[in-house]
Amino acid sequence: MTSATAETTETTAPKTNRRPSGSGMAIWRAIRGNGKALAGAILLFIFLVAAIFPQLFTSVTNANDRAYALSLPPSSAHPLGTTSYGQDIWAQLVWGTRETLVVAVVAGALASILSVLIGVAAAYLGGAADDLLSLLIDVFLVIPAFPLIIVIAAYANGGNLAIIIVVLVITGWSYGARQLRAQALSLRRRDFLESARVRGEGWFYIVIFEMLPTMISLIAANFLGAALYAVLTAAGLQFIGLGSPSSQSWGTMLHWAQSAEALQTGQAWWVIAPGLCIALLGAAFALLNYAFDEISNPALRPVRRNRRNRVRK
Amino acid sequence: MRYILRRLGLFVITLWIALTVNFFIPRLMPGNPAEAMMARFRGRVNPSALKALEAAFGINTQKPLIEQYFDYLGNTLTGHFGTSLTFFPQSVGTVILQALPWTLGLVGVTTILAFVFGTLIGLVAGWRRGSALDSLLPPVFVITGALPFFWVGLLLVLLFSVTLSVLPNDGAYDVTLAPGWNMDFIGSVLTHAILPAATILIISIGGWILTMRNNVVTVLADDYIRMARAKGLSNTKIMYGYAARNAVLPNLAGFAMSLGFVVSGAILVEYTFNYPGVGYMLLQAVNNQDYPLMQAMFVMITVTVLVAVLICDFLTVALDPRARTEG
Repeated sequence: MTSATAETTETTAPKTNRRPSGSGMAIWRAIRGNGKALAGAILLFIFLVAAIFPQLFTSVTNANDRAYALSLPPSSAHPLGTTSYGQDIWAQLVWGTRETLVVAVVAGALASILSVLIGVAAAYLGGAADDLLSLLIDVFLVIPAFPLIIVIAAYANGGNLAIIIVVLVITGWSYGARQLRAQALSLRRRDFLESARVRGEGWFYIVIFEMLPTMISLIAANFLGAALYAVLTAAGLQFIGLGSPSSQSWGTMLHWAQSAEALQTGQAWWVIAPGLCIALLGAAFALLNYAFDEISNPALRPVRRNRRNRVRK
Repeated sequence: MRYILRRLGLFVITLWIALTVNFFIPRLMPGNPAEAMMARFRGRVNPSALKALEAAFGINTQKPLIEQYFDYLGNTLTGHFGTSLTFFPQSVGTVILQALPWTLGLVGVTTILAFVFGTLIGLVAGWRRGSALDSLLPPVFVITGALPFFWVGLLLVLLFSVTLSVLPNDGAYDVTLAPGWNMDFIGSVLTHAILPAATILIISIGGWILTMRNNVVTVLADDYIRMARAKGLSNTKIMYGYAARNAVLPNLAGFAMSLGFVVSGAILVEYTFNYPGVGYMLLQAVNNQDYPLMQAMFVMITVTVLVAVLICDFLTVALDPRARTEG
């Protein structure tokens, strides 16, 4: 009896066990073939280089030092001028990349891990566990996160980086968890998972090696979404003065620019430059995210054959 | 019916969780920030108000935690938020009532504008899939949706207030005018609202356009659209009567997410423009370490968002038979 089952599984396995394609190579090919994704990847790469090797872009080593004349206009020595405190704006910009990217990557990664754990667990376990986890997801979806973050940061007395990251993770996972739960649910009855179950694989193997690889593009999209959320929220917190005031980051730069009334005193670069960097980094994540959306949902891809369109007209 | 009950249940549970978190945050923080605040305000506010504060934060009280918790829940649900320290001797409730209309006006009107225009543009983009409009719009709005609210606000200030000096960038109305229902005052309120509203609109409209466009693209592949074509219905009728009506429903359900996004943005926008709404008051409270006001603001914002989400849910049920049957 058992041998018979084993035999049938074996014979059907090659046919049914083929997973929907989706691996590292597929993602790379997709990025290369998609203009939006390519633009996002190039932007992200530039910021990565600046974060890891800031010395390549500036000779200043401590950008928060008040080492120069106050409020200089842009010149060859100071490409973006200096602040009203005598700091080089370009150097602050370059050195600020690191903290912003660390927050984005760490908070984004932890939030997506949490969404994967909760979303997939909800779908895989089903029943009462699913009801409970779904409720948790819904609750975190509708609680207004930013006011909550403000309250926590206020009590923590201007959060340090670790607190900010923890809060960003707690408030940033729910959207992804809901999407992942939906996709995991739709996978649950697919043949390749059934056959894995018949083979006698444990739930751990099935989830890690069978389910997750098929969801990789959605997980990547979620990571990018969570990273984007982390960048914008952390910058907002720092801007309103709830970050560490001595940290080197774009949000903190904007905070000092705003409290020195940089716009009113004609130091527009002090405001424009850090905001532009946040916007470009945000755009990089958003463009990559949108491209992954197109990859995981083929219906949204730009149409190549216009036959149906022509018929419509 | 089951759907409505479930959403009502979610409303109650979320509210309860938010209130509970709000209760425990000050008690779990290291270094007892509430006590530090009390020390700062001793002598500046009257003793009975301090007593009430001590009770609210569980300092010098013999009551067990669980009793404090139920007192707090009772007080919050009946609207007794205590006394504000920044605006002493005004009660927190009064401060909230002054701030709330500004936020509701600003966020409410801009959200509805963003929804209407975003949905219309998204409909056209999805309908003319592959057209110049459709290939241009998504990347542009993907990027505008990822812009930081406060920075867009600052750029608008730079352009319209500092460089061109045509629009005000500070407050909700000209403080030299007496508030009242006259043309001068209303005009002043409107001109002061333009820049904050434009900021929110620029950033939030992209989300509506993109989701609507994607919904339309998905809906257009459905059989009932082909059926409608086969019947020889006019394009306008199919577009508005069939595609738009079905594509807009998930958009409505996505309101909850977008609302949280807009509210967080509105806080930053109000801060940038010194706009005296709930978000601005929240940050005032933070800067002055006025914890009773801060916590009440958080509760207020949460309740407002939850009510808006609930209204959306009811609308969805009223408009979408699928939501009624799925349960």
